[in-house]
Amino acid sequence: MHPAPSLILFTVLSGLGFGLLVWLGLGLRAPTGLAAFILFGLAYALTGAGLIAAAFHLGHPERALKAFTQWRSSWLSREAVLAVATLLVMAPHAAASVFLGNGVPVLGWAGAVLALTTIFATAMIYAQIRAVPRWHHSSTPVVFLLAALAGGALLAGQVTLALWGMLALSLAMVAHWVAGDRQFRASGSSTGTATGLGSLGRVRLLEPPHSGRNYLLREMVHVVGRKHAHKLRLIALALGALLPALLLLLPVSYISVAVALMAHIAGMLVQRWLFFAEAEHVVGLYYGKR
Amino acid sequence: MSVQPDVPLSPAPSDEVRKTTCYMCACRCGINVHMKAGRVAYIEGNRDHPVNRGVLCAKGSAGILQHMSPARLRAPLKRVGPRGSGEFQEISWDEALQIATGWLAPLRETAPEKFAFFTGRDQSQSLTGWWAQAFGTPNWAAHGGFCSVNMAAAGIYTMGGSFWEFGQPDWDRTKLFLLFGVAEDHDSNPIKMGLGKLKARGARVIGINPIRSGYNAIADDWVGITPGTDGLFILSLVHELLRAGRIDLNYLIRYTNAPYLINADEGAQKGLFLRDKAGKPMVRDRRTGRAVAWDMPGIAPDLAHGVEIDGTTHLPAFRHLSERYLSPDYAPDAVAGRCGIPAARIRAIAAEIARVAFEEEITLNQPWTDFRGQRHETMVGRPVAMHAMRGISAHSNGFQTARALHLLQILIGSVETPGGFRFKPPYPKPPEAHPRPHARHTPGQPLDGPHLGYPLGPEHLLINDDNSPIRIDKAFSWDAPLSAHGLMHMVIANAHAGDPYEIDTLFLYMANMAWNSSMNTSAVMDMLTDQNADGSYRIPRIICADAYSSEMVAFADLVLPDTTYLERHDCISLLDRPICEADAMADSIRWPVVAPDRDVRPFQSVLLDLGVRLGLPGMVNEDGTARYSDYADYITNHQRRPGVGPLAGWRNADGTGQGRGTPNPDQIARYIENGGFWTCHVPAQAQFFKPWNATYQDWAVARGLQDRPQPYLFNLYLEPLRKFQLAAEGYGHRQPPDHLRARLIRAMDPLPVWYPTFTDAATDPAEYPLHALTQRPMAHYHSWGSQNAWLRQIHGTTPLYVSRDIWVQHGFTQGDWATLTSPHGQVTLPVARMDALNPHTVWTWNAIAKRRGAWALNPAAPEATQATLLNHLIHELLPPKGDGLRWGNSDPITGQAAWYDLRVRIEKAPAGQAHSHPAHPAQISPVPPAPRDIARQVKGRA
Amino acid sequence: MTSLPAKTTRKLGLVIDLDTCVGCHACVISCKGWNTENYGAALSDMDAYGANPEGTFLNRVHTFEVTRDAAPPMVVHFPKSCLHCDDAPCVTVCPTGASYKRTEDGIVLVNETDCIGCGLCAWACPYGAREMDAAAKVMKKCTLCVDRIYNENLAPEDREPACVRTCPSGARHFGDLGDPGSAVSRLVTERGGFDLMPEQGTQPVNKYLPPRGRDMLQAPDLASLCDTTPETATGFLGWLDRALEKL
Ligand SMILES: Nc1nc2c(c(=O)[nH]1)N[C@H]1C(S)=C(S)[C@@H](COP(=O)(O)OP(=O)(O)OC[C@H]3O[C@@H](n4cnc5c(=O)[nH]c(N)nc54)[C@H](O)[C@@H]3O)O[C@H]1N2
Ligand SMILES: Nc1nc2c(c(=O)[nH]1)N[C@H]1C(S)=C(S)[C@@H](COP(=O)(O)OP(=O)(O)OC[C@H]3O[C@@H](n4cnc5c(=O)[nH]c(N)nc54)[C@H](O)[C@@H]3O)O[C@H]1N2
Ligand code: SF4
Ligand code: SF4
Ligand code: SF4
Ligand code: SF4
Ligand code: SF4
Ligand SMILES: [Mo]
Repeated sequence: MHPAPSLILFTVLSGLGFGLLVWLGLGLRAPTGLAAFILFGLAYALTGAGLIAAAFHLGHPERALKAFTQWRSSWLSREAVLAVATLLVMAPHAAASVFLGNGVPVLGWAGAVLALTTIFATAMIYAQIRAVPRWHHSSTPVVFLLAALAGGALLAGQVTLALWGMLALSLAMVAHWVAGDRQFRASGSSTGTATGLGSLGRVRLLEPPHSGRNYLLREMVHVVGRKHAHKLRLIALALGALLPALLLLLPVSYISVAVALMAHIAGMLVQRWLFFAEAEHVVGLYYGKR
Repeated sequence: MSVQPDVPLSPAPSDEVRKTTCYMCACRCGINVHMKAGRVAYIEGNRDHPVNRGVLCAKGSAGILQHMSPARLRAPLKRVGPRGSGEFQEISWDEALQIATGWLAPLRETAPEKFAFFTGRDQSQSLTGWWAQAFGTPNWAAHGGFCSVNMAAAGIYTMGGSFWEFGQPDWDRTKLFLLFGVAEDHDSNPIKMGLGKLKARGARVIGINPIRSGYNAIADDWVGITPGTDGLFILSLVHELLRAGRIDLNYLIRYTNAPYLINADEGAQKGLFLRDKAGKPMVRDRRTGRAVAWDMPGIAPDLAHGVEIDGTTHLPAFRHLSERYLSPDYAPDAVAGRCGIPAARIRAIAAEIARVAFEEEITLNQPWTDFRGQRHETMVGRPVAMHAMRGISAHSNGFQTARALHLLQILIGSVETPGGFRFKPPYPKPPEAHPRPHARHTPGQPLDGPHLGYPLGPEHLLINDDNSPIRIDKAFSWDAPLSAHGLMHMVIANAHAGDPYEIDTLFLYMANMAWNSSMNTSAVMDMLTDQNADGSYRIPRIICADAYSSEMVAFADLVLPDTTYLERHDCISLLDRPICEADAMADSIRWPVVAPDRDVRPFQSVLLDLGVRLGLPGMVNEDGTARYSDYADYITNHQRRPGVGPLAGWRNADGTGQGRGTPNPDQIARYIENGGFWTCHVPAQAQFFKPWNATYQDWAVARGLQDRPQPYLFNLYLEPLRKFQLAAEGYGHRQPPDHLRARLIRAMDPLPVWYPTFTDAATDPAEYPLHALTQRPMAHYHSWGSQNAWLRQIHGTTPLYVSRDIWVQHGFTQGDWATLTSPHGQVTLPVARMDALNPHTVWTWNAIAKRRGAWALNPAAPEATQATLLNHLIHELLPPKGDGLRWGNSDPITGQAAWYDLRVRIEKAPAGQAHSHPAHPAQISPVPPAPRDIARQVKGRA
Repeated sequence: MTSLPAKTTRKLGLVIDLDTCVGCHACVISCKGWNTENYGAALSDMDAYGANPEGTFLNRVHTFEVTRDAAPPMVVHFPKSCLHCDDAPCVTVCPTGASYKRTEDGIVLVNETDCIGCGLCAWACPYGAREMDAAAKVMKKCTLCVDRIYNENLAPEDREPACVRTCPSGARHFGDLGDPGSAVSRLVTERGGFDLMPEQGTQPVNKYLPPRGRDMLQAPDLASLCDTTPETATGFLGWLDRALEKL
């Protein structure tokens, strides 16, 4: 799949924001005043930036409101609804934390649950797509959730949670890659099934339908070298989870947390880039790209 | 759940439909042009049209973009930069026509042969030929010489009609169909429709082609023959059928010259037919054992035995024929290696032909009467049909290979019988019924007769007493005696060399001779720009009539911009290349469904205007005024023979005339009313056996297709060829030059022969191990398609397809490029693997490559950077043999360009190759830059 | 609208005969022509005359090669457009309801005025049957020519998809695949029609007919087809004599 910067930014940033909101909502740490302003502000800024980035991906952002209508069936619609619901439900809790020195725990808990489901919904947008076998796996929401929670915990200064989160995330990432590498084959789709000619012999694309490129190829067919991918996986794993975890094991300082955060974000950007770039869409079978 | 949106289910497709004829290729399908607010919005096939019955190919549906092409010329152009640069100045029509008249008028008065007029695949040959005849130049022809004259000439000489677009398989009844060397052909849609019919009926299709793509991909059986060997394969099938006695003797006796006795007397008559005093060929009557005139009533012509006269035995043609092909030289085992086809497969195909022809014979309960007056209660057919095109004809052994194929068809009795091959009117028409070629020119006078025709012996050659050719293309000379379509591909080379003489003005209409229709393209561009010591051009003047900014336009001194096919009148005439079907005669028109929005004029009207300015007979009245106001007027009022004009339908003032009749001022209106075409059905009893069918012959006379009944027999043994052989053996007044004698004796065999192509014979297979071919993409027409934004997305590059063996042997991987080298040149292009390919063959698409700057394309377009022409590898002459002579790369009989004789070797291009070669400097575009993006939707009034 | 109808009254779709398709691209261009002028926005072409032309098409023809162990390789032309799946993932993912499957005939459509151009439906389609138009920025797909098949401004025989009407070889068939008695359903049964990527669970309505057996010519020996073979003692001439006597 085409690793669109808007989508990479969106999933990483809004994931972080909603992850932070989960912790802020749960009230394990209940900042008030300026601290609350900064943390809630950060969470809203991150989710907002993510959503704006996502809007860049739309052909008709002016019609974005229509995306709130299909929550019954569409994960993308659910995500939109849940994201807004989260932000709305959290708003009084946040305001109260900032201005009244005390949150509204019920709303906070509700908001945390909503934030969690928002992250899940985001992940499900990808995980539901059977045509992209690498995504169509339970590890996809796990990675999304853990990334958001670990990153959120880091932002929220929940060092222990963040540490465990990072460790869990590293395992989840590895599991996602290992499973992902098998998924295409496991999906059962091949040039043979795509054309229905598999029983006749070995099927190979002879001539594509057009000599140039098209939307499908740009959007859905992106070939990353295996060696390249391997290197990037190591970078994602190291920066996104292991280095932050290591830093969190050391005596905590603002600097180490900040470095851990930067590493985590950088690592997650790489992970997300790979998430898209490595994912093969079965449509590639029609273009001899597999 | 919300309600479903309301979809407008019945939008009005247009405000108005105008029915005309497609011109995205020469197939001439009927189209419905949907107009919205006076603009062309959508084009679909016309369901009533005899050619396409509503279907339309990709090109046809994309016609709208051809019509809107940014490459359309906008006004007459006068060259201001050097030739080939593309630097022009737009001028007025007055000036353009004055320039042309100023060049041509003096030539006509002094040396009309210094004016050469050659035209491409237009459908105005009856107009342009007539015009050139009136001008008086011998140098006119259309494109057939580089196209498929082998096919046309072999068909007409052998059976009075040919494949090409002049005949068709009996698609509704055929049970076995053999397709030789066809990628697309002129009958584009009819062939596809026919194949669809065969498939729907489950009939068997056998594709004989080195490449399994397109039609051959859907063939039930594929014979991946080695190029240039079809003749051998076909004669091996003949060998098998003869050996098994699976031939239609009845048919051979009744309808062919198989029983004709061949004179065996040593001397000038040897090998000619034994004739009676009246000159009639003779046969042996089995009842009396005596030689009698072939058409004597009540005889039983013998095929087996001859007659002895004065101690010499004169044997029937069939004896010669059977003895030749029964020879073990033609046994499947003997030819298998050379043809690249296992012997068992050849035997199986022969057996299948025999089985279907004779075990699945079909009978129509349709009485008919033959030319001998005999009535037949039924029509018996052999449901084996064959079709072939340039894959067999574009070789230097193509004429004889096509003859061999017709021999095969005739031996099993499947020509003009149900289930077999059928002629389309105006065919059948034997060579005798065609004119002879003419070239006698006199300053200020018309030519002595039509330019092209069918020579019946050396006496009809167009040569001077010293054997030098009269025509600039050397057509109908000893080099190419039966060049029935002329040799367009030689014109520029000969004019440049001043051989046989120099010319002054070259006029090209609708032919991209500076590019894809020339052999040796790079050199041709040099010839067009080559200068004499005084700085004048070797070919002094070039006029080009084109509608688009093609490569050729850049080499013209004067450009006459044509309209597009939706902006003009055209006439698809029975005098030319009509649209008939086997069971109907038909013709059609184009008419201006929209007015041109540029300062362009229909070429035919311009030609008539030029004719008036030159005072050409037939074009001016006594007082010098124009006889025809424009082409539409000519179509309506011109008469070629009394009562016969360009259009056959609705003649006579009341529109009752079919084929014959006086001009009708409403004729074009009647055509438009009827959807742009006219048809007239062949009567049921005249549908088959047409050459011998009395009803057909009478009908054809009544319809103006011919002026008298002309039944004839098929020429299995082709006597005119023997006459040329005799000349080469030293008999007769006209003697060929010595260096051509051996070649003429070998090639002009009166019975089909196979010999290796000249290139194969001369090439070291170790040095050039591969055959290189081009194929027509179904979605492009020659060079026209690339200016079409829809079509160019389908084919914008020319990958070279190579077999898996070559792929592996040269270590190719995806994205690699290859260099192809022929004895004559080198090209570099991207490479791709294809398994379904003869292992000694590589190929790419024809005419996709473009010169940079042409066709209003961006100079970085893939057509210029990722594509090339194989034409750069093909020379119009064979490599020197060391005899001091240069031999043409053409069929020795017809002069047909031997495009597919090409042999090459392949190398992997160095890594990092990203640009095709040769890369010519860009030409300046004479038209404004094309728009970047398009998203055009025409809003209708409705 | 994003939910799929539990059941559609009819299942209109195409049956494509891979035995007959010659790969001419006629269907591709007639589709482009009709749909540029009709349903929704025009199908655009970007850089139309440039180095990287790229346009929107609703139907494209691929060509595959099938290499076989014991027989010559085959080439199969393979047209592909939306299969109007019964269980269409492209519909359920759509956040706006722009994508929907019609209850009366099962046609899957995009309501372009509702489409936000998110592209998710194209991701969800395993077959590459949806393309985002680069100029209009809405999702385009085969409409099964919904604006032709019921169109009262067209002659009854023209109420079929543009691609079907134009296909020169008759390789495309249109009809109700929900009706087992329809001509298309019978074709599917007789010729062993199949689904593309059944494992994707989309339950396509469109079906493909497989190429018939290739290169299986098994002709009897020529000699067995002849009453008397010429290759007897008297040779060809003797046979010819006898045969001529019988005429
Ligand atoms: N779409 C489209 N249609 C066209 C044209 C076009 O440009 N585009 N051009 C028109 C014109 S002018 C012409 S002349 C016709 C030509 O129509 P075709 O004769 O169909 O033209 P080619 O593309 O030259 O195809 C020649 C075929 O012969 C095969 N071949 C080559 N050598 C041999 C051989 O030795 N033996 C055998 N058995 N096969 C061989 C090639 O593989 C190829 O498939 O098409 C006309 N129709
Ligand atoms: N390598 C290789 N070369 C080949 C062949 C091959 O098989 N292989 N095939 C050969 C054959 S068979 C042929 S027929 C030739 C064809 O080659 P050409 O006859 O050169 O055909 P086109 O490329 O179609 O060019 C015709 C010209 O007509 C112009 N034109 C198009 N429409 C109109 C119009 O309405 N009015 C006017 N006035 N002009 C118009 C175009 O702009 C173009 O310049 O190519 C030959 N060249
Ligand atoms: S075959 Fe195609 S391009 Fe040629 S006339 Fe017919 S529709 Fe037009
Ligand atoms: S083919 Fe693709 S676009 Fe069409 S219905 Fe099926 S999933 Fe949707
Ligand atoms: S691109 Fe349009 S039709 Fe597709 S999912 Fe998004 S909103 Fe729905
Ligand atoms: S049914 Fe209509 S929209 Fe669909 S592919 Fe055919 S022509 Fe295109
Ligand atoms: S129009 Fe018919 S034959 Fe041509 S590519 Fe389409 S389906 Fe195949
Ligand atoms: Mo041609």
